[in-house]
Parts: sequence; structure tokens; C-alpha cells
Amino acid sequence: MSYFTEANARTAAEVIARYPRPRSAVIPLLHLAQEQEGWVTRDAMVEIADLTGITPAEVLGTGSFYEMFRFHPVGRYLVNVCTNISCQLLGGEELLHHVEESLGVHAGGTTDDGMFTVEEVECVTACTEAPCFTVNYRYFHRADSDTFDAVVADLYAGRSPLARGAQGDHGNLPAHGTLGRLRQHIPDDRRAGVVPPEEAGEEPVWLRTTPATAPSAATSTTHAPDA
Amino acid sequence: MLPMPEPTAVHPDDMGYVPHAAGFVANEGPKLVSGRFPYEDSYTLECALATGAYTGLRAALGRTPDDVHTEVRDATLLGRAGAGFPAGVKWGFCPEGVWPRYLVANGDESEPGTYKDRLLMERDPHQLIEGCLIACYALGLSQCFLYVRGEMALAQERLAAALNDAYAAGYVGRNICDTDFSVDITLHWGAGAYIVGEETALIESLEGNRGVPRLKPPYFPAVIGLYGKPTIVNNVETLANLPWILEHGAVAYRGFGSEASPGTRLFAVSGHVVRPGVYEVEQGVTTYRDLIYGLNFCRGIRDGNDLKAFIPGGASAPWFFEEQLDLPLEARDVGAAGSMLGSGAIVVMDHTTDVVKACLRVVRFFARESCGKCSPCREGTSWEEKILERILDGHGRPSDLDLLLDIGDNISPGPYPVAAHGAAALDAVPFPPHQTTICPLGPSSVAPITSALRRFRSEFEAKITRRDGIPVQSAPVADGAPA
Ligand SMILES: Cc1cc2nc3c(=O)[nH]c(=O)nc-3n(C[C@H](O)[C@H](O)[C@H](O)COP(=O)(O)O)c2cc1C
Ligand code: SF4
Ligand code: FES
Repeated sequence: MSYFTEANARTAAEVIARYPRPRSAVIPLLHLAQEQEGWVTRDAMVEIADLTGITPAEVLGTGSFYEMFRFHPVGRYLVNVCTNISCQLLGGEELLHHVEESLGVHAGGTTDDGMFTVEEVECVTACTEAPCFTVNYRYFHRADSDTFDAVVADLYAGRSPLARGAQGDHGNLPAHGTLGRLRQHIPDDRRAGVVPPEEAGEEPVWLRTTPATAPSAATSTTHAPDA
Repeated sequence: MLPMPEPTAVHPDDMGYVPHAAGFVANEGPKLVSGRFPYEDSYTLECALATGAYTGLRAALGRTPDDVHTEVRDATLLGRAGAGFPAGVKWGFCPEGVWPRYLVANGDESEPGTYKDRLLMERDPHQLIEGCLIACYALGLSQCFLYVRGEMALAQERLAAALNDAYAAGYVGRNICDTDFSVDITLHWGAGAYIVGEETALIESLEGNRGVPRLKPPYFPAVIGLYGKPTIVNNVETLANLPWILEHGAVAYRGFGSEASPGTRLFAVSGHVVRPGVYEVEQGVTTYRDLIYGLNFCRGIRDGNDLKAFIPGGASAPWFFEEQLDLPLEARDVGAAGSMLGSGAIVVMDHTTDVVKACLRVVRFFARESCGKCSPCREGTSWEEKILERILDGHGRPSDLDLLLDIGDNISPGPYPVAAHGAAALDAVPFPPHQTTICPLGPSSVAPITSALRRFRSEFEAKITRRDGIPVQSAPVADGAPA
């Protein structure tokens, strides 16, 4: 029986088709598995191995290098507090202490109710907005303990905390595993096609006809919007 | 053609921040890559088109690919990732007659202190897409991979939406703008590993492997890269400059900045300044003092405090102090002064900063992020971390400071150039680093240590207590030597 849901299996096939070699899709597929279940299960790795033509051990070998992949269940909300240099200078470590104390777990731990996992993380590229933390990779800039408490209260009350200054506010904060809520989709009639490395050495057509010319009617399938 | 809706410009707040582009300051000065940021809907195709997106691409398509390459070479577009290598020159390294060639846009931004590529991807994805297309057209690159850092959920979402719209509108994919130029852009994202930003590790990761750097040579993936084929890897900000260059030309581009470093750069200034933020700044003509103290920029140190030190170009860069404030923001000058402009990340520390703590925090980053492939880096960085930790905890040994320098010398052998650092050079390790490692991550860990030790040795010593309980005051005494 396949691991991915029907919709995710379709997505997986689409993702794989965007690469010259299926193995390149391992990381995106691990993300897809994590989105489906919140963490990466053994069954998921077996299925990904199957889809990409490598062994489950190789999938784990790749996946275990990257810290975003979880091979054990984590909380519904992953709280990452940055304590790197810019954040440290403005109170990142104090913020982490507050987070640990108010949730009653140490960095790396998960609350008993399964709501929160806390991590101390390296720079999340919001250094001018220090100190900062993210919840399921959504940013909270220039944060202090009050910001954090308010976010926790929101999440327990079922409200979206995204309005509290986080960018890209549309809808609720998704559970752990979901990154971008919108996927790339290349329509068949617009696809240029993947170019496998094995494809014998011809330079691309536009280098042979210069400057780029309009294609002959037979190959032209599209129209630029405002030519 | 449908009439384009007016984009709604958003006005900066009292401090000059653009609310929807957290941290971006709409100050005075030319805006070549951040011009669209103030529009609230800058990431949509509608707003992008109404404000001139894809004009540079059309200009490129009207010329020969070689011509486009020449324009970029003439612009002297320096790479914005850190090393500052001219893009036009790097592009020339693709071997003749080897096909296919690939493009990888490096959006893995994770160098501590650095915050610019995320903004570029979240606020203006179409500018980046356009830049990628121009590079692909110029060099005959058959497929583009946009590698976005895994943690950047919003950037992934915005880029996915932008790509879908651009495909539908005929700007990406088959027969772009009704020409015979066709290329797919594949959105790819990582999963949390700083080292994957290194270009050969990035390629390994893109091939579905652990993100571990490759042995050099070849030094440039332009020779042997993705799937063993010629691959151009450029930083997101580097690529984001291409639309402007193609629209306005190399001559106009060189009208900004200095001769050696034309154009502008995005600088992220963080730490103890009054107005931290991301600023688009003309390179070469602006100094660190302007940027940190200028009214148009960060407006000085918080609470009127004194400057203690600043990191001039990301966590990997050796630190600067008061004396270097008047250096221009130019790779060459900053390099000659013994550090690097790097990723455009400036971290300011005021006199209240505990430098041992700050030093440990930066070193710990490298220890955690070492991929473990080379012994000097894998072992050395964690030794450095442990030693600094025990010094900070009050368990330091008198010999620890020399030990730190000795470990540094094993990761990056040789003295600092004396010319740049005077006598202090003799007990420090070199910059730019000589490597005993496969990539510069290991040697980078030495920069904060030698910087802080060279300048603030007494602060380290004050935290070290000899076995008889007396604080170490002067030069360290070797273990076992008579006190
Ligand atoms: C340890 C390490 C980390 C790096 N991280 C990044 C990064 O996050 N983003 C980036 O664009 N380049 C990074 N680089 C530089 C890349 O290897 C490569 O030089 C760069 O993408 C080239 O872009 P440019 O020529 O356009 O500047 C890193 C290099 C090293 C050694
Ligand atoms: S220097 Fe460090 S990070 Fe770079 S390849 Fe060696 S072990 Fe890996
Ligand atoms: S140091 Fe915290 S976001 Fe960069």
C-alpha cells in the first residue's frame, strides 16, 4: 500500500518530473512526507526510496543531514528561537529562557500536551529584526516575552497569531510540516522540458538563431501577454 | 493589452521602515534592486509588470546572447554572496561545446547577520526570476534551479506563486515572450544546513545527497557542476541586479558606486544601532561610519553608547573597530584592511558587550554547522567551542588562550599579514585564510577568536583564574610554569 495520500502521490509525481534525475527530488519529497504526518516515518522513507530509485537507507542518509527533518513526532507547533550573534546582542538568550520556562521544557523538548516543541536555532535571516523567533517557520520579529506569551495564548485559543506582525498573513498558521501553502505547477503546454545531463551535446536552439527569433508557427503554442 | 492597475504604494512609517518589508528602510539614495519593495503588493505579477518587470528580459531577447554576456561583463557586476567574484568573468568559465549547462540560484542565505536574499525573494520574486532568465539566455543554460533555504516558508510560497503566474503569462517555460528561448525554472528548497550555501555542497544537495562540499579542483562548478555538467551558481542578489543592467545598460550601472565596485548593495545592519535595518547603499562611496552613524542610515549607537567592535561582512569576517570606521564599503579596501565585505552583514557591538560571550556564540555556530568532512574543522571548531565555554564559565586555564590560537593555526595556518595588523599579526592566523580544509567554513571559525583576542585579551584573561585562585592579568603563563 502506498504511503502518500492520493493527492500527495500526484504532487510527488509532479515534483519528480521537474528534475533530470529522480534522486534530486528526495528533499522535496521528505518535506511532503513531513507535511502529511508532521514527521518523517519509516514507511515514508521506504516509499520515497521506491519513487526515486534509491534505497531507504540512502533516503535516511540524505535526510538525516538536514535539521528540519524529524524522524520522531514533534509538537504541532515548532518554536525556533534564534540566539545567534545579532539576536544574542539584543536579548535572544533571555527570550529563549522565557520560552523554556513558560512552556516548562528545555530546548529540544516537547510539551506534554504535544502542542509545542522548542528549539534553539542558528540565524534565521532576520538579524535586523532581532530578537526573533519562528513558529512553524513563520517569523515573529523584534519579539519579547510578551509577544511570545500572546502567540501561545492565540494558539491555545485557536486564533491565528500571524496578525501579530508576521508577514504573509493569510489564513491560519499551519501545523508542523507545511511550508509554503502554494506549490509550483507547470502546465503541460508551457513546459520547456527537463534537460537530462546525458542528453548528447547540442547547444540550445536560441544560441543558434540570434537574436532570439519568433519560433515558427508549428512550435509556437503561447502568446506573450503584451507584446 | 489590458490596462494595468495602479500599484498601491505604501508609505514608510516615522522611522522610515516599510511596514510590509520588515526591516527595509526606504531612505534616500538610488534603489536598483529594492525599488519595488515599498509597494504593498510588490510580489504580484500585476504590480511587477506595472512597475517595469521583464523589461530587462525583453531588452536581452532583442540582442544576441553574447552581447548580453558582454553587457554584464562591462557592468563589473561583483558577486553578492561574499567572495565578490565578477559574475561576467565567472560566466566565461563554462567550457566550450559541453552541453547542457545549468543555472543554480543560491538562495540559501544563512550567514549570521545576513538578511537580504530573503527580502529579495519575498518582496520581489519576479525580479529574481527575470534575472535567472537573462543569465540562462546569455549563456545557453538549459534549466534553472532556484534553491531557497528550507526555513523560508514565505519566500517559497511567493516564488511558487510568481513562477506559476510567469509561466501562465508566457515569461517562463516554452517559447518565452514568443521567441525560441525556452527554459524551465524549478523551485527547489533545502532543509536546514548552513554548509549547503557553499556552492559545491549546494549541488550535492540538489542531487539528493548529504550537503557536503566537494573536493577542489575544479574550483568552479562552471567547469564541472550539477550532474557533472557546467553549472553557474550565483547568489540571489547578484541575479536580481541583471534586469536593471539589461534595461539601463552597463554604463548607467557604473554611474553608481565606485569604479572597482559599481552599483549598489543591500546591507543589513544589526545589533546595537538606533535604526537597524536593510539599506540599499552605493558601494565604494559610502563608509562604515556613514552607515552606522549617518542620519540617512542607522543614526548611531543606541543610548549614545560607545562602539566596541563591529563585524564588517558576516560571521565569517574578522572584526573591525573604531579605527576602521572610515573605510569605504568596498570589497578591495576592506580586504586590504584584513577582513571582508562578505555578505553585506554588519553587526554592531557597543561597549556593554561581553566579547567572550559574543565570540563563543559565533564560534559555536561554526562548530554546529561543520559538515564533518575534514578533521581540522570537525574537531577544531568543537575544541574552540569547548575552550571558550569553559573560559566563560570560570573554568578557563591560563594556557587556554595560546591553545585557542594554536588550534586556529591548525585550521588555518600562518600569521596574519603584518602589514595590515602590525605586531599583533604575529600571534594571529591569516586572513584571507590558508586552508587545511576543503571549504572555508573551518577557517571562518578562527576569525572571531583572533579578532577578539587580539583586541580584548585582557577581558579573556580576567575570566581565567589560575589554580591558586588569582585572576590571570597579563600574558598567559604556560601550564606548569612558575607563577
Ligand atoms: C560555508 C559557505 C557558505 C556559503 N553560503 C552561501 C549562501 O548562503 N548564499 C550564497 O549565495 N552563497 C553562499 N556561499 C558562497 C557560494 O559558495 C558561492 O560562491 C556563491 O553562491 C556565488 O555567488 P556570487 O558569485 O553570485 O556571489 C557560501 C560559501 C561558503 C564557503
Ligand atoms: S571545512 Fe568544515 S564544513 Fe567545510 S568541508 Fe571541511 S568539515 Fe565540512
Ligand atoms: S542572528 Fe538571529 S536572525 Fe540572524
